[in-house]
Amino acid sequence: MNDVAQLPESGVRDLPDAASIYVNVPDPVQSTERPIRPLTRRKRRPLEWLVEKAIFLVSLSAILLIFLIFAFVGKEALPVILGKTDNARLRKPVAAEEIPNISETQLAEYLGLKPGELKNYDADTLKLLVELKGQELAQIVDEDSRVNTTSWRMMFQPHQWADYDKPQYIWQPVSEVPKYNLVPLVIGSLKATLMALLFSVPLGVGAAIYVSQLASPRWREIIKPVIELLSGIPSVVLGFFALIVMATVLQNVFGYQSRLNTFVAGIALGLAVIPIIFTIAEDALTSVPKSYSQAALSLGASPGQAAWQVVLPAALPGVFAACVLGFGRAIGETMIVLMASGNASIVSGSILDSCRTMTATIAAELAEVVFGGNHYRILFVIGALLFLVTFVSNVIGDIVVHRLKGRLEGRT
Amino acid sequence: MHSVMDKPIIQISDLDFWYGESQALFGVNVAIGPHRTTALIGPSGCGKSTLLRCLNRMNELIEQTRMTGQITMNGHDINAPDVDVIELRKRVGMVFQKSNPFPKSIFENVAYGLRIQGLKGAELEGRVERSLRKSALWDEAKDRLQESALQLSGGQQQRLCIARTIAVEPEVVLMDEPCSALDPTATSKIEELIQDLKQFYTIVIVTHNMQQAARCSDYTAFFYLGKLIEFDETTKIFTNPGHKQTEDYITGRFG
Repeated sequence: MNDVAQLPESGVRDLPDAASIYVNVPDPVQSTERPIRPLTRRKRRPLEWLVEKAIFLVSLSAILLIFLIFAFVGKEALPVILGKTDNARLRKPVAAEEIPNISETQLAEYLGLKPGELKNYDADTLKLLVELKGQELAQIVDEDSRVNTTSWRMMFQPHQWADYDKPQYIWQPVSEVPKYNLVPLVIGSLKATLMALLFSVPLGVGAAIYVSQLASPRWREIIKPVIELLSGIPSVVLGFFALIVMATVLQNVFGYQSRLNTFVAGIALGLAVIPIIFTIAEDALTSVPKSYSQAALSLGASPGQAAWQVVLPAALPGVFAACVLGFGRAIGETMIVLMASGNASIVSGSILDSCRTMTATIAAELAEVVFGGNHYRILFVIGALLFLVTFVSNVIGDIVVHRLKGRLEGRT
Repeated sequence: MHSVMDKPIIQISDLDFWYGESQALFGVNVAIGPHRTTALIGPSGCGKSTLLRCLNRMNELIEQTRMTGQITMNGHDINAPDVDVIELRKRVGMVFQKSNPFPKSIFENVAYGLRIQGLKGAELEGRVERSLRKSALWDEAKDRLQESALQLSGGQQQRLCIARTIAVEPEVVLMDEPCSALDPTATSKIEELIQDLKQFYTIVIVTHNMQQAARCSDYTAFFYLGKLIEFDETTKIFTNPGHKQTEDYITGRFG
């Protein structure tokens, strides 16, 4: 079987003798004397060195900047996180004789002044102010005012407030007794994000499959830039559009009660997320070797079957990574939800109710809080929480992508 | 010519083929006999792979290609408007130059073509086993059917691709340089396999390897610059070629 006897004798008849070709080629090493140069001498390339160091410095400063931002957010939120704030104390009347016993900052906070302003008053005025405040506080007999609303328990667990008939999660940071429960905001963020992903993942991935596998070159050249153009729309414009146009149209079509709600916000958010999911998923699908789809087609699969059953599973790590990035964008997006969600901080599972997200809360309230006050610090806690959620989702996404890749490559 | 050629399974007549403006095939006429192995040989770029891909219309996936002439299978024009290209590809299977198993398990690779035809359960398993046996992979793979196909060696992967192709029971199996990426041991296994498969299928194989064409095929077509130079029984081509160019090529003087 392996012999070449079937070849005609003539097959090797006229081949030139191998040795005869090479015999006259001089050996370069023997024929010329070359100076031996040491391998150790290094050429200096100052420009290259400079560019390399500059790039290193820039990347380092980017890392440093991210770290600084996190450190700043963390620092501002730290007193609340460590449980060092107590706004119930502010509502216990302080006797005038106790003034020398308490620190200036505490006194300023008690009187609702900035620490620097304290110098503007002499001892008698301060005494008067403290007495007035004491009288004012003595009139409050409300149970609610005895509660430290900045504690962990109050931020995450329901509380039985005086006027309510059952324990509630309430975010009311500017009421008489500020209520800082974060649960309505967390639920709002998750609800809007989930709605956005429900809308954008099927559309984004579907469009990516169509463009990368099924579309004719002409349609590909039209659809791809148009979807990618969507990512260039400023989110405030998308929010504006959702607020004015989409909210009315969707309400007319579906006939629900509140005009601005999670559904509207989620769809507008989805419009912002689609280009991200589309771009990355399309890249992942396009980089699947053509040989996979060719193999499937040659077995009698339709182009749709080849795309869905062979190419999509092979691109799954990339498509999943696209969805994780979409999640990050959706939960971090502010302007759209601020404009289109209605911003009511209620605890509700229905997507037809309004919602208030963590991001919109920070954006709407941070400009109006007392710097260094409890409300201010709690907004930073929300910021740190957002940071954490994004970080955790990225880590989990990374692990899942790694697993999926391993399974594709046959590693167990 | 030989008697089986009176009733060819595939008849290629006056085939011209273009990639954009450049013509790749010029007036090719070949008849492919049933249950015979036909080898297409010739130097790189001579159009032999193009011809192969015309037979299951895979060239349609490449943009800006066009062809004139006729290819009939069992007397039916495969490019006629009423032909379902998916049905055609089920009848004319293909093994590619580089082994391309799906990133799925060994079992799922062979089962894929059957699953899209709606096969399930015991029948599916039986067909998978039969294909793996036919492609001489069963003994090596039977204990690791659920492992990823990418764990197999290059030669095993290529035999898996053959198993996958014959699982759907095509009439014709096209092979595009199936051994070009394999070592000699794996190559000889595939060549043995080709000999065995001949009783069930009609095989058309593109190869760069003269000895492989001589060993495996019953008929050989020699192409040069898009033209069919010579087509005859393999023994005749290799012992007594009718054209100077054929002789020069098979004796290794160019190519």
